[in-house]
Amino acid sequence: MIALSINGKKYQVDVAPDTPILWVLRDHLGFTGTKYGCGIALCGACTVHLNGNPVRACVTPVSAVAGQKITTIEGLSSKVGRAVQTAWEKLEVVQCGYCQSGQIMSAVALLSSNKKPSDEDIDSAMAANLCRCATYQRIRAAIHEAAKHLA
Amino acid sequence: MREIKIVNESRRRFLQAGAGLTLAVYLPNSLAAPVAAAPGKAGAAAPAAATEFEPNAFVRIGEDNTVTVIAKHLEMGQGTYTGLATLVAEELDAAWPQIKVEGAPADAKRYNNLLWGPMQGTGGSTAMANSFEQMRRAGAAARFMLVAAAAADWSVPAKDITVKNGIVSHAASNRQVSFGELAAKAALQEAPQPEDITLKKPKDFVYIGKQSPRQDSKPKINGSAQFTSDVKLPGMLTALVAHPPRFGTTVKSFDATGAKAVAGVVDVVAISNGVAVLAKDFWSAKKGRDALKVTWDESKAFKLGTTDMLDRYKTLARSPGSIAHTAGDAIKTMGRAAKRIEAAYEFPYLAHAAMEPLNCVVKLTGDQCEIWNGEQAQTGDQTNVSKLLGIPIENVKINMLYAGGSFGRRSNPHSDYVLEAVQIAKAINGRAPVKMIWTREDDMRAGQYRPLFYHTLRAGLDENGNLVAWQHRLVGQSIVAGTMFEGMIKNGVDATSVEGAANLPYAIPNMLVDLHTPTYPVPVQWWRSVGSSHTAFSTEVFFDEVAHAADKDPVEFRRSLLKHHPRHLAVLDLAASKAGWGKPLIAKAGTRRGRGIAVHESFGTVVAEVAEVSVKPDGSFKVDRVVCAVDCGIAINPSIVRAQMEGGIGFGLSAALHSAITLDDGQVAQSNFHDYPLLRMDEMPQVEVHIVPSSANPSGVGEPGVPPIAPAVVNALFAATGKRLRNLPLRTQDLA
Ligand code: FES
Ligand code: FES
Repeated sequence: MIALSINGKKYQVDVAPDTPILWVLRDHLGFTGTKYGCGIALCGACTVHLNGNPVRACVTPVSAVAGQKITTIEGLSSKVGRAVQTAWEKLEVVQCGYCQSGQIMSAVALLSSNKKPSDEDIDSAMAANLCRCATYQRIRAAIHEAAKHLA
Repeated sequence: MREIKIVNESRRRFLQAGAGLTLAVYLPNSLAAPVAAAPGKAGAAAPAAATEFEPNAFVRIGEDNTVTVIAKHLEMGQGTYTGLATLVAEELDAAWPQIKVEGAPADAKRYNNLLWGPMQGTGGSTAMANSFEQMRRAGAAARFMLVAAAAADWSVPAKDITVKNGIVSHAASNRQVSFGELAAKAALQEAPQPEDITLKKPKDFVYIGKQSPRQDSKPKINGSAQFTSDVKLPGMLTALVAHPPRFGTTVKSFDATGAKAVAGVVDVVAISNGVAVLAKDFWSAKKGRDALKVTWDESKAFKLGTTDMLDRYKTLARSPGSIAHTAGDAIKTMGRAAKRIEAAYEFPYLAHAAMEPLNCVVKLTGDQCEIWNGEQAQTGDQTNVSKLLGIPIENVKINMLYAGGSFGRRSNPHSDYVLEAVQIAKAINGRAPVKMIWTREDDMRAGQYRPLFYHTLRAGLDENGNLVAWQHRLVGQSIVAGTMFEGMIKNGVDATSVEGAANLPYAIPNMLVDLHTPTYPVPVQWWRSVGSSHTAFSTEVFFDEVAHAADKDPVEFRRSLLKHHPRHLAVLDLAASKAGWGKPLIAKAGTRRGRGIAVHESFGTVVAEVAEVSVKPDGSFKVDRVVCAVDCGIAINPSIVRAQMEGGIGFGLSAALHSAITLDDGQVAQSNFHDYPLLRMDEMPQVEVHIVPSSANPSGVGEPGVPPIAPAVVNALFAATGKRLRNLPLRTQDLA
């Protein structure tokens, strides 16, 4: 049994210790908002927060995160999180939506550490989150919008 | 659902006239709970309502005042759910917040694509075009019956009743009622005759052409949207398949000992295209597959490389092909031309690489098959599944979920991945529901690519610099050969291979377009914008080359030959003027800058794009800005039209800058995003979209933004550097 703390709640899971936290979230705990896109840390669709920092859940073994604070898209409730989601909705960022949980988790992490990111800051913080629908322009605008709202 | 009233004749007549609707009125006790909902999550289905008014197959109004629009088209990002709901809401005069959208079941009798005859499916940018009248009539019919119910209730003439924003009112007596309150009574009203309905004039639209917020925003930003990957059924197993390493390879034998030793692995079964490992969850299935030993039969394996194939294509291109279009005498005129220009262009295989790797959920119970899928081709998939299982087509039930992208991939004429999932469920005799998941590597290597193509073009100018002859030869596999769409091949020409080339809009008196269609076992398929994904590039880059040879401005030269194409002219002028065509670009020290243009029609929509680039001394470059002008008829939702142009430009840029599937000794060399890179945030240009005002019926926007971007970029790079790149993806070292 491995003890996990997800979105402020405690869980016990009985899985192989090398299981990536992505599949524990998705297959065992029903948190399917976090997506599988590549499995090898190349796309960002699986981004969750570990103690507030963005990590790729697809390459993070569950044994490495036991007892630490994990936040998924379902548990996003911070002020920054709400501002980002509101901006995303207002600017109609989503298309297919599959990458967007990961985009939002990365954007929230960026804005939590950098209140007023420049375009370059956004480029470097978001460059590892792929969007095949290429919603990048609106993601950029929504991050600026959320920053404005939070200021 | 309890059916309490059967269709009456007048109602049938109205709805048939209204473009093929069939209907019945249902009074369900409650709606089925969402099967696929994950624990602690809201599902996709509407909340239960006591009484519901279902005036036709596309609208349901509950006593809770919810208007549910039944969407017959897949939402894969292109905005169909919002667009279809907008059409219904417009004629129903509903309030936008009361609208919910639900995916239609697979049933071609009610939900066929009106542009495809008796087939249900989404593609070819047809969702809005084929639904524009049908969905408005569906909304108008519901409104008519609500009004009739209120008129009867209040004993006032129907003509004195108004409907606005979801409220039915009678001004003289100051009475008002909501749709929900009227639902039960409206269900008992006579349906309208065709002549009872007058659709709104565009000037009276309240939703169409305005910004109705996207229906799918909320679930996609809070993680609750249900994709196929998120389906969880009781007892469900996850299946991963070991696929053959080459096309044409089959399974000789396999040893499942290692796989079965992995905790969580439940079964290992052979199917026609590999060996499936079934497990309790993804990770166990993955470890099981890694431990599986398969011996392949390579006797029929395809072992060519793409370099060899391209050489063969080049040889083929030296001889005439099947004629796709001819006008005047191109060969003779070319022979007499004062100046001749020639060029060749190369296009790689391309994978769709949607963010959601392919997957499909299947449950077999007796002679019933239920499927959960980001379903793009209901009728084709139902037909193929029913054939495989030997069951009637109506026993194949399909639940259409959101697709995490598709770009054509989920509409496979052979139902490749769907049949694979069904075969696995069949191999275990339906013992458990099966969720088949392809890893990214599986998805990348399965074929069904945009075909490899080779184009040669020649142009002849007379002594005054007029373009008098044009010859275009294409070499590439057919997408429709061997499929149920084979009828699209006429006189040896697959229309999807030459679209955009055979119908070049420029007024050139002598033209010859011909095609070679080699056959190879690499599976090919439509890929966002289909033939235009290559024809727009070769024609629009070559046209620029000809303009340069004739010493003419690329925009002026295009204008001079587009006199009979007012829509092309309009987008060309709009894009050029908004981009400041002709005004100098300011370059930072050490960089070279340039502007390029391309215009192309696909799927009835005409798009012009102007790209601005900055090139560094080492040849690396950035697309700084793209100005796009689009004529798609009435823009039902301008924000979504802009989003599709922005996204189409980004998608086209991935192909222009990065993407290629190559084969080496028959094996696909790419596997994941490190060797099949996609456009990233820092490479996305600033995109400005301008929509040409129009009162024509809408055409699609999902695909037409893609074709013009690659040629516009190459033309801009030429303007900046004087170097012409002709092969995709572009190689920056060629600009150094
Ligand atoms: S799935 Fe984890 S980065 Fe792609
Ligand atoms: S919205 Fe489709 S991949 Fe990003």
